[in-house]
Amino acid sequence: MAILTLTINGEQVSGKDDESLLSIAQQHGIKIPTLCHLEGLSDVGACRLCLVEVEGSPKLFPACTTKPKEGMVVSTDTERLRKYRRLIIEFLASEGNHQCSVCVVNGHCELQNQAYETGLTHVTVPYLYPKKTLDASHEHFIMDRNRCILCTRCVRVCHEVEGAHTWDLSGRGIACEIISDLNQPWGTSESCTSCGKCVLVCPTGAIIEKGEGVSEMEKKTDFLRYIVTARQKREWINVDSDEE
Amino acid sequence: MSKTITISPVTRIEGHAKITIHLDDRGNVIDARFHVNEFRGFEKFCEGRLMWEMGGITSRICGICPTSHLITSAKAGDDILAVAIPETAEKLRRLITLAQWIQSHALSFFHLSSPDFLLGFDSDPATRNIFGLVAKDKDFARRGIRLRKFGQEIIEVLGSRRIHTPWAVAGGVREPFDSAKRDHLLGWIPEAKETAQIALKTLRSIHEKFAADIPNFGNFRSMFVGLVAPDGALEYYDGALRVMDGSGNIIADKIDIHKYADYFGEASESWSYLKFPYYKPLGYQKGMYRVGPLARVNICDYIDTPLAEQERRVFKALAGDAGAVNNSFYYHFARLIELLFAVEKAEMLLNDPAMLGADIRARAMINRRMGIGASEAPRGTLFHKYEVDENGVLQKVNLIIATAQNNLAMNRTVHQLAIQYIDGNKITEGILNRIEAGIRCFDPCLSCSTHAMGQMPLHVQVIDVEGKVVSERIR
Repeated sequence: MAILTLTINGEQVSGKDDESLLSIAQQHGIKIPTLCHLEGLSDVGACRLCLVEVEGSPKLFPACTTKPKEGMVVSTDTERLRKYRRLIIEFLASEGNHQCSVCVVNGHCELQNQAYETGLTHVTVPYLYPKKTLDASHEHFIMDRNRCILCTRCVRVCHEVEGAHTWDLSGRGIACEIISDLNQPWGTSESCTSCGKCVLVCPTGAIIEKGEGVSEMEKKTDFLRYIVTARQKREWINVDSDEE
Repeated sequence: MSKTITISPVTRIEGHAKITIHLDDRGNVIDARFHVNEFRGFEKFCEGRLMWEMGGITSRICGICPTSHLITSAKAGDDILAVAIPETAEKLRRLITLAQWIQSHALSFFHLSSPDFLLGFDSDPATRNIFGLVAKDKDFARRGIRLRKFGQEIIEVLGSRRIHTPWAVAGGVREPFDSAKRDHLLGWIPEAKETAQIALKTLRSIHEKFAADIPNFGNFRSMFVGLVAPDGALEYYDGALRVMDGSGNIIADKIDIHKYADYFGEASESWSYLKFPYYKPLGYQKGMYRVGPLARVNICDYIDTPLAEQERRVFKALAGDAGAVNNSFYYHFARLIELLFAVEKAEMLLNDPAMLGADIRARAMINRRMGIGASEAPRGTLFHKYEVDENGVLQKVNLIIATAQNNLAMNRTVHQLAIQYIDGNKITEGILNRIEAGIRCFDPCLSCSTHAMGQMPLHVQVIDVEGKVVSERIR
């Protein structure tokens, strides 16, 4: 492990070579918007919201899966990035069936919050209104693919933390969706332990508790850092995410 | 040469509609129709959604009476969960239902209808609205606006927001009540009661002033349908259905709401998106019935609040030998009686210690595959019927909206007014407004989000058989 020095938004910062640009930026109080990233889970660069500019390259890089290099010059908040981030949220809004006003997590939704933060006021591309399925076969929980943004937090938390790997992806491109076990109703899954971690980490109203009404459900993700810390360090304490 | 007169859009109602009047070659009215030209599709697109979401989704049907949809949806949900909700939850739901009546009835009378009566049917349409009313009688208009605010305030105190609160859920309600909120709402009661009484007094003078016009405002016998309490009292939240004929005879009583489909059918016409419900035993057209204030005050045996009961007796006396009050103009009177009742009843509920209970929600899963909820929305009986699978996913949805049940009667009213006032050659602003006012008696809620304040253009065309516009009026 080596300590590297780089520049983010004109500020000299240092970080370890095995950390992500996102992690280094966060440690220095630089905020980069995210959706698929969640502290305690591995990063996959699925949502592309954390894209940053790196001097000398025409490409944009997802901060969550990009490692630092000595002397790297990074910009996290340019007009170009703001435009792309808004476009990403706009595309997510247009390719799912997101009706905030009647959603169970209205007011507590990460996608909705990002729409506000990126300044998305209108969707300018045609809505696709895809025909998606809703799986209410589980005794306690519901998977509503209409509201899924394919961030794969549920897949990762189930595999990495619970160890059950009930969820995975099926299909490609626009046909891609989250499935349980061998693409069967969730209620018939043999691997699911009904732990509910996927419900809590889902950033939208795609995975919810049964019986909840409009705006009623609030996702709490703090449990994840607690469990991960306990498992890795054998310390059963609440960890403030700003520490380290 | 036959002609068609079109009034589009109809103003100062909730929603979009037009009226067409068909004349024969001598200028006599041969037909008149009330068309609802907007399409919503809620019943279809709710299929595949979750039973628990329906309160939130169906309340979006309407910006005026979302609470009525919410409560009715929650009741259909209770039925699917097969639970008896806690006493506190029921009483809190009753209070919010009364609040819905207060705000909607105040809106109908003060904001939408009273400009016609206090400024005159023939007054300038540019000022024949709530703003014109403010200019003419500031205190009266202000009182009306504040009374509506009181209704909205109850809804906000209970449900955290005035419009589209998701507070009532299958099994009960989400948030409890407390004594500070109660005291705040009780503070409104004296003013609200006084305003409701002033409105009734004003209406009495309107009855005198328009004595010549009133007999033509949808004056015909029809059946009346609504919920009544088990002891025959005026009901707003629960109870069973009663059917009364135009002569005041009770022809069906204590009908369990689950049996509504045995008694009521729905017909469709190609020229309107609004369905035509009818009383099945008499068939389509003959089975015309009215719901809402006129029906409710007609069918109940008594009202269990003192001031409103006094007014009900005055109302009943209007029936004379007919046995029932059949004139649609008296919707306004019945509405104001209900407004007074709602304020009195809200006071009674607010003083009930059971309102402050902590047990407000019964939790259960799917225990029935079908659930029906019914309550009295401001405009009449509202039904929600949901069929679900074992997981609570909706397979079929049927919503019977109060305004739809008045559809046949509204058409009849338009017809009657057209015959009375139109002779083919003279089409004045005042005549057209009288026809609109006939519709406004019913306070129809057509979509119910649009709120025209008399500012919308009224476009009337007289069209000959070849489709040529022979005369035109635009205001």
